[in-house]
Amino acid sequence: MNHWIIAPVILPALLAPLIAFIMRHDLTLARTTSLAGAVGIVAIAVGLTVASADGETQVYYLGNWPAPFGIVLVLDRLSALMVVLTSVLALIVLVHAVVTGWDARGRHFHALFQFQIMGICGAFLTGDIFNLFVFFEVLLIASYGLMIHGGGRERMQAGVQYIVMNLAGSTLFLFALGVLYASTGTLNIADLALRLREIPIEDASLVRVAAMLLMIVFALKAALFPLQFWLPGTYANAPAPVAALFAIMTKVGAYAIIRVHTLAFGPDIAATGPLAATWLFPGAIVTIVIGAFGVLGARALLPLIAFSVLGSMGTLMVAVASFTPEATLAALYYLVHSTFAGAALFLVADLLLSRRKDQTLIPLPATVQNGLFAGLFFAAAIGMAGMPPLSGFLGKLLILDALRDPGQMPWAWGAVLGGSLVTIVGFARAGSALFWKSTSIPVADPTGSDRGPATPVRAASALEIAPTLTALAVLAGLSVFAGPVASYLTQASEQVFDRDGYIGAVLGTAAEDQP
Amino acid sequence: MEIVVASSVAVLTAGGVYLILRLRTFPVILGLALLSYAVNIFLFASGRLATGLPPVLLRYGDASYTDPLPQALVLTAIVISFGMTAVLVIVALGAFLESGTDRIDIAPPKGDADPRESHR
Repeated sequence: MNHWIIAPVILPALLAPLIAFIMRHDLTLARTTSLAGAVGIVAIAVGLTVASADGETQVYYLGNWPAPFGIVLVLDRLSALMVVLTSVLALIVLVHAVVTGWDARGRHFHALFQFQIMGICGAFLTGDIFNLFVFFEVLLIASYGLMIHGGGRERMQAGVQYIVMNLAGSTLFLFALGVLYASTGTLNIADLALRLREIPIEDASLVRVAAMLLMIVFALKAALFPLQFWLPGTYANAPAPVAALFAIMTKVGAYAIIRVHTLAFGPDIAATGPLAATWLFPGAIVTIVIGAFGVLGARALLPLIAFSVLGSMGTLMVAVASFTPEATLAALYYLVHSTFAGAALFLVADLLLSRRKDQTLIPLPATVQNGLFAGLFFAAAIGMAGMPPLSGFLGKLLILDALRDPGQMPWAWGAVLGGSLVTIVGFARAGSALFWKSTSIPVADPTGSDRGPATPVRAASALEIAPTLTALAVLAGLSVFAGPVASYLTQASEQVFDRDGYIGAVLGTAAEDQP
Repeated sequence: MEIVVASSVAVLTAGGVYLILRLRTFPVILGLALLSYAVNIFLFASGRLATGLPPVLLRYGDASYTDPLPQALVLTAIVISFGMTAVLVIVALGAFLESGTDRIDIAPPKGDADPRESHR
């Protein structure tokens, strides 16, 4: 039994209380500890990826209880990938928050940040649906604190909406678990998958209700139409580094759909059939459309980025909805890409807006380093919109290539391509208003109506730009090393669809050999 | 007993949903509390209802027992929903003190007024 599997959960869970209780008056110490913890989790996550690369599904039995009775953590290629993604993103965002001073604007930033990492890693590793609920709550309660970090009227109001929406979602999650437990008698995902196969279709109506309730909950987390309404307000009002971290939170919903709806409620299981795909696909299409027109219609920078994140979730879920290994490979590639693209956009926006004082898309006198910010924004925007040479292009190409079924091809291709076009137009308009037209306005011009008193604007240091550049470098690296990445993801998606391998690893003879 | 449990879940859920749709923080908080009671009772009932049976198998006694797992689930769910409600109360109070309104709307009631203040 590989004890490192639980380390991404344990390490932040130990660090967070330490930071909250011992280091709350010493920001330097809290920063150092938090950064060291983040580096440690990156190292552990890379180690776990190496350990899972041989294709064996590793299982961690908490307290050595055999699988259907005790809680299990499951490490396969997909969950290792998601943990690496989380840890690298968290490190980038944390460095950004520290060097730009965001963590000093409210209390307990670092403790909440560690709890957030703990919840996300736990959600990716768990093999038990009730535990998934618990880790969802852990990551959500940390995200509530991070969301309102720094305070302010609009942020608090958006925070209340966000919390109410998520609490309603949690209640729905529990209802789904209750139905599932009442009809199958288990909450272990592997055991669930095994029992669902044996349920004859005429007794499966309750199971179908549970499957749809679970899908609603996960779609709420993934911000899928018609449950997408919370995302633009939340992401646009959250502190920008936090919004960059939240880029992984929508992916938790996508991951949960991939995991639960392939393993337990898969399309070829008699009890549920193609129920999930039937509803997921149109929802994803509408989400792309809403995201694209939101980008076009946004009048401020952060809502614009939030809508582009929404559109990318739609694109991702279109690929997830077909539930085939090829489409899942494309979805995973695009998932990695869109996480870093969204994060890079929010980080650029934060660098820019801390110098611009106004996020509406109107020309204002150029800030310092106009060219640099224009370049960074351009790079992040073409990444998000899916233009070559960054990885969004390859991701969308893979998605389009995987969706060749005549029933879905016109819808999917139309939405993805049209959505990309509209997104590019929206970003081009925003970029020209923010950067290009700015250069023609003299600095002393008082057109910017209610700018604050003239404070000296500080140029961004190399350290402040480094996290954004790292996120963009990941995008570039994803397209340069697309071959190796795609072959890893092919294996990962094949492993996701190898249900017997997963069930055997969790419940099989390996479990009974444990001392 | 089934009819009592089922109808209490139904009444609590209906009341909770109605209160959530009021879109003001205090009714919404009460509504979420009612919903969480409803879901706790529902979870409790998901392991079959039994009267006067122990939640563990007695070694020498009657072989029948009530399912212990839903009780553990309910315990966890109660703690989580209680903590969440406390967080929501504090944040809602903070939002009310900051903005002077207790509405929970998707868009702020003043329409799409300037989004300039929203960044920090």
